[in-house]
Amino acid sequence: MLTEKDFLTPNRPTWCPGCGNYAIWLALRQALAELNLAPHNVLLVFGIGCSGNGYNFTKAYAWHSLHGRSVPTAVGAKLANKDLTVIALAGDGDGYGEGLNHLLQAIRGNVDITYIVHDNKVYGLTTGQASPTSDQGFETKSSPQGTTDEALNPIALSLAGGASFVARGFSGQAQHLKELFKAAITHKGFSLVDVFQPCVTFNKVNTFKWFFDRLYNLDTQAAYDKKNLGSALEQSLIWGDKIPYGIFYQKDKRELTASLPVLSGAALAKRPMNIRNLDKWLAEFS
Amino acid sequence: MSWKIGGEAGFGIKSAGISLGKIFMKAGYEVFDYTEYPSLIRGGHNTYQLMIDSQKVNGVSLAIDVLVALNQETITKHAGELVDQGVIIFDHENIEAKNLKLDKKINLLGVPLSVLANQAGGELMRNVVAMGATLALVGQDLAIANRVIKDTFQSKGEGVVKNNLQALSLGFEYVKKNYRQKFICHLPTKTDHHNILLAANEAMALGALAGGLNFYAGYPMTPSSSILHYLAGVAESASIVVRHAEDEISVINMALGAAHVGARAMIATSGGGFALMVEALGLAGMTETPLVIINVMRPGPATGLPTWTEQGDLQFVLRAAQGDFPRIILAPGDAEEAFYLTAEALNLAEVYQTPVIILSDKFIGEGNSTVPKFDTKKIKIDRGKLLTEEQLKKIKDYQRYQVTSDGISSRALPGMIGGLFVANSDEHDVYGFVSETSSDRKQQVDKRQRKLETMAKNLPEPPVHGNLKGPKTIVLWGSTKGPVLDVYNSLPAEKKAEIKILQLQYLWPFPVDFVAEILRKSSKVLLIENNNNAQAGQLIAQETGIIIKDKLLKYDGRPFFREDLVAALNKL
Repeated sequence: MLTEKDFLTPNRPTWCPGCGNYAIWLALRQALAELNLAPHNVLLVFGIGCSGNGYNFTKAYAWHSLHGRSVPTAVGAKLANKDLTVIALAGDGDGYGEGLNHLLQAIRGNVDITYIVHDNKVYGLTTGQASPTSDQGFETKSSPQGTTDEALNPIALSLAGGASFVARGFSGQAQHLKELFKAAITHKGFSLVDVFQPCVTFNKVNTFKWFFDRLYNLDTQAAYDKKNLGSALEQSLIWGDKIPYGIFYQKDKRELTASLPVLSGAALAKRPMNIRNLDKWLAEFS
Repeated sequence: MSWKIGGEAGFGIKSAGISLGKIFMKAGYEVFDYTEYPSLIRGGHNTYQLMIDSQKVNGVSLAIDVLVALNQETITKHAGELVDQGVIIFDHENIEAKNLKLDKKINLLGVPLSVLANQAGGELMRNVVAMGATLALVGQDLAIANRVIKDTFQSKGEGVVKNNLQALSLGFEYVKKNYRQKFICHLPTKTDHHNILLAANEAMALGALAGGLNFYAGYPMTPSSSILHYLAGVAESASIVVRHAEDEISVINMALGAAHVGARAMIATSGGGFALMVEALGLAGMTETPLVIINVMRPGPATGLPTWTEQGDLQFVLRAAQGDFPRIILAPGDAEEAFYLTAEALNLAEVYQTPVIILSDKFIGEGNSTVPKFDTKKIKIDRGKLLTEEQLKKIKDYQRYQVTSDGISSRALPGMIGGLFVANSDEHDVYGFVSETSSDRKQQVDKRQRKLETMAKNLPEPPVHGNLKGPKTIVLWGSTKGPVLDVYNSLPAEKKAEIKILQLQYLWPFPVDFVAEILRKSSKVLLIENNNNAQAGQLIAQETGIIIKDKLLKYDGRPFFREDLVAALNKL
């Protein structure tokens, strides 16, 4: 039986004490252990930023990619070895700034990967600039008069893009987060889990308390139907004194690795690699 | 014979040309084709030129023997290119060709292309009528042509085949009946060499397929797109993944993800797309991930001349991405080399665990030529130090980035027990964990760069053509090989004996000693490149200290025509 400790490397975290990333780290390890996914069958594709540094202390096969590019890398890896559990990770600047288009395209392809976005509404590793999810008016080094732009809504955007699994988690609710990760990983298709994780150093507005005061859990509402796109869109637009979290939407849709004829049978990377006979293709040029 | 057909996009110029090329190939001739077209879909002015020769032909001349004009513009623009006694095949019922002020004798072959095409079933078949007319002109019969037409249109149904056969025959008979013994060029049927007719783009796709490719990602960009199209078309029958991604950044990162878990991955683009891939090119170097990247060059910078040709990206791909890391750059000179080098590139990427860049260009990338049928027995698959799970089990304390004397470390794949590692964009230690220590940094840079020494020892020497003992040397790379060899072969024997042609095929790591020795011993050196800046000349100067003064450079978007080279080679 695996435990979360099986996913620890000899290295200790480099995040600030109290950082929201710790809970994501723990919840992910617990989720992988409870799903009995051994570290060697898991590929974690990290982005660049505070979240990206997690590869040093999370034991699994890991790829530390370029800023913004964890999603296409994960898609390529999953297409080439569908037997792996592939999880892409990114921060909000990383995933929603530099690499936003990749999110929308991955949603369209619906390849079976899980995308965890560590959303602290600020750039942490570059010492605190406004990010795409910063609320309008947020004062930072790069926006001393307050951000002029409105915050990006990754939940509404992903729903509108046709995502088959869209969820929001919170670092203050690690148990719930673990369950979210398990649901996302077992979902057959592309799953987005946007996780609020307060940056205790550079974001003095969106603190743990700020979130605790506002968040309500969709998963515990008996009347909420996560299969209803209309309700999901409606909830996704709620922002202010009350903010919903949990699974907004989940739908069974055609998943790419299961539906591509060329991927039926053994995983691509596991097939014997032989010199191909060209006869059937050369006729066209003869 | 140099045959050119011109008209608007959508007139079926290229398809007629390729069919004619196949007919002459089966009649025992070598052919090479060249298209000029603007970046648009309908209208504009397009030409397709076909060189037909008894000898291997890999270039085109400015001069044409036969001009097929499907519109007035073709005559206006190209009649001046005709040789003395040259022929214009045109529709005399709606195109004017009388008042051409030319200083040579031209034969006007009026053929009612439109009427005959409509008689066969539709205006679109004017190109096929013109094919029939051409065949009559050079003394071919229709036996081979009928077969080629059947093969070409079979998939479109019996009716289409029948109509095209009739169009062919109507054009053929019209010329036979109305213009006897009018033309100097006679091309009778000879022995079929069973060659194939294709461009370097398709040859590279086939080379990759033969060599075990199983993952291809692409984003359309002229003139590389036909690689994507070809591989997408055969993806199912080859059982490979072909993915059209959202942009070139995604393309290369996706391919790296696939390669990381064990796929043989390749991508192709042109200069602009390559520019977008640059950051991830360095990532491939840093993580030591195998990847083959094809750059089918077109003139830049920026959008440049999208549908034309140039060899302007050599210095760019040599230096692309920040920091030092090993890469291999190779440049096939024609479709045949493109096939074998691409299959080999997949091996080199895995053996050296680093990116391999293939530089091609529009001229050979889209220009079809006759080549001997590819021989897959000449290909091998070498995955280098890739570990099996059994081998991995015997290793205690596996280190993905172990320091080795050849710079190459054994490679585990995700999914294997005992092989956990981080493929890290950051500088790292032997396990891939981040490290900013002076010793780890130096050790890993040295280890990666050591691969260059290993490559230099093992990569093949550059091909040398012509008289290897000739005192004078022509230096070239990539697609200029064909035009230069064509002209070289037509030189008088005593001139040929003086000249050898050094073809830089593996451009990086640079074959320093080999090139330096040849250049030092040469009485005269001429550098020929299809760019403005003599980019290979710069590379040679950088690596050998030898500055080549005599240069023939062309950068107007056109390849070297025979006429560009004749004087220069004779003068050498």
